[in-house]
Amino acid sequence: MTVIEQPISKTTVDPTEVQQFDALSDQWWDSHGAFAPLHRFTPVRMQFFRDRLSDHFKLDRAAAMPLSGLRILDIGCGGGLIAEPMTRLGADVTAIDAAAAAIAAAQAHSAAQGLSIDYRCTTAEALLADGDQFDVVIASEVIEHVASVDAFIAAAKGLLGPGGALLVTTINRTTRSLLSAKIAAEYILRWAPVGTHDWHKFVRPVELKSALGGHGMRVDNIAGFVFRPLQGDFQISRDCAVNYGCIAVHTAEATAS
Amino acid sequence: MQTVMQSEVVIVGAGLSGLAMAVTLDSAGIASTVIDRQHLPADISDISDGRTTAISYTSRRMLETLGLWPAEHAAPILDIRVTDGPSRLFLHFDHRDAGDQPMGHLIENRFLRARFQQAAKQSRNITILTGHGVSDLQRDETGVHYTLSDGSGGQARMVIGADGAKSWLRQSAGIRTSGWSYGQTAMICTIRHQLPHHNVAHERFLPGGPFAVLPLAGEYASIVWSERDALVPVMMRLDDQAFAGELLRRFDDSLGTIELAGPRSSYPLSLTVAHDIAGTRLALVGDAAHQMHPIAGQAFNLGLRDIAALAEIIVDRRRLGLDIGGDEGLSRYRRSRRVDIATLLAATDGLTWLFSNDIPPVRIARDLGLGLVNKMPRLKTMFMRSAMGTAGNGPRLLRGQHL
Repeated sequence: MTVIEQPISKTTVDPTEVQQFDALSDQWWDSHGAFAPLHRFTPVRMQFFRDRLSDHFKLDRAAAMPLSGLRILDIGCGGGLIAEPMTRLGADVTAIDAAAAAIAAAQAHSAAQGLSIDYRCTTAEALLADGDQFDVVIASEVIEHVASVDAFIAAAKGLLGPGGALLVTTINRTTRSLLSAKIAAEYILRWAPVGTHDWHKFVRPVELKSALGGHGMRVDNIAGFVFRPLQGDFQISRDCAVNYGCIAVHTAEATAS
Repeated sequence: MQTVMQSEVVIVGAGLSGLAMAVTLDSAGIASTVIDRQHLPADISDISDGRTTAISYTSRRMLETLGLWPAEHAAPILDIRVTDGPSRLFLHFDHRDAGDQPMGHLIENRFLRARFQQAAKQSRNITILTGHGVSDLQRDETGVHYTLSDGSGGQARMVIGADGAKSWLRQSAGIRTSGWSYGQTAMICTIRHQLPHHNVAHERFLPGGPFAVLPLAGEYASIVWSERDALVPVMMRLDDQAFAGELLRRFDDSLGTIELAGPRSSYPLSLTVAHDIAGTRLALVGDAAHQMHPIAGQAFNLGLRDIAALAEIIVDRRRLGLDIGGDEGLSRYRRSRRVDIATLLAATDGLTWLFSNDIPPVRIARDLGLGLVNKMPRLKTMFMRSAMGTAGNGPRLLRGQHL
């Protein structure tokens, strides 16, 4: 709550979005509640992240803790749906969210799971100002909620050293995404509360790629995530029309420029 | 609490299902603790208790993949002959109709148990705690916390109930069951016979219940004789020679003279289905989830398919860093098993009813049915594939792939 009263001019956080999520914080770990779609979406996101990180950092993805040794920053972590599995896979995770109630819920949940995660109620800009750096920055289902995608990428890049990787998942701005991720999910299936998403803030892959490129971030891979109604899960696909993700690498040359 | 055991999974029941579950999880590096009130029997493979298990083709592939296949003790079933009481019409399943693999294999339970037990004991990932039952078990968001009757305790991310038809875990979780008794009891024993069996299994439907002669390694066969409850005590009291005489009366002389080669045992037949096979941080496998008539020899295969499906879900979630005892994985397990369990129970139960009565129209109909099925190769192949377990896309282990 306090976050909303802070001056917001220097952050990428959108205060109305924070308010929206703060009100739902007690539901983060209810897999049948307001965040049910995110819970369903988590396995495929984790698969994409784990595989892209193992490729990029040359890790053994079959190991019990394939991400051991990686310092990961999870921006907009919510209740910790990504931070927790990342920690189980061996990563050293710092997870931030502007919604204080989400951080409180995340801390309580991870403590009960016996997981050690550095949760902080702060912003990417504040961490940047402190000079923190990470091997990996994750922005999963976040950039469609931020005030400025461009400013967000700039901050994320600043938190990565050369060779570091930015992992993004988000929703495309297409007719199909309007129908499925917005209208069907919020109004018909009631998967998510009405008003969870503002379709106009959705980002097309070309826009994301060009914004990343503008900051010297090299996009190595873009993949779509497709919902399979019969199996009730998501699968990685070439179809990026609704949900998609990418990995972008902070190249040393770009830092020089 | 004196000691606190930590493992990812705690398994209640160290029978065939519980041990198979532990070894399967271990094959993907997942540690488990197996708890049983009773101690594991020592030197089990020396004592024959007459109990045998039919292993389908897919179950065999799974056991081979896990290194649990006791090949030297497995007898292939090449043909199955189904006859109906006095009728001459019969159904003949030749394994060559469904590919070059045997219809299945028969193994004495003791050899499976010896193999499973050895594998479980050798694994550093498996802790076996026997001699004490579970006195308390709590399941909540934080995990599974249990206490044994000796006061020791432990924690895990989830608990698996492999504790048989009268599952303590199922009852303590408040999961109810539906079912009924068939009014039949299966009498089981091993015979030695004079003439070779040529690896042919015989299933004969008699009014009292199905009578099966199943080929074992060498000149031995396993008898599974289901009979009306009332007759069973009489039969069980007969001496070995008289009992063998009763067996011969119900069969033919194709095996020559026979003699009993071990003790007899009897098991009342019933069908029991748990209303749910999953709960908070809990899953049921094998007889704890469903107990069925042995008519089609599918009970253990169904249990292995539970294990293959559950292990795959657990391992896949573990590899993504997800909470292995979380609701989504357990819902997936519930969904993935529903059709298989219901289909097999319904089919087996239907067969039992159809073949366990002597009402003339029913008998004529089923005689015609068997004759017709025999004349329709595609339908027969479908039946066989289903019994062999090769129908459809199952879990990886059933396709012979590692987890």
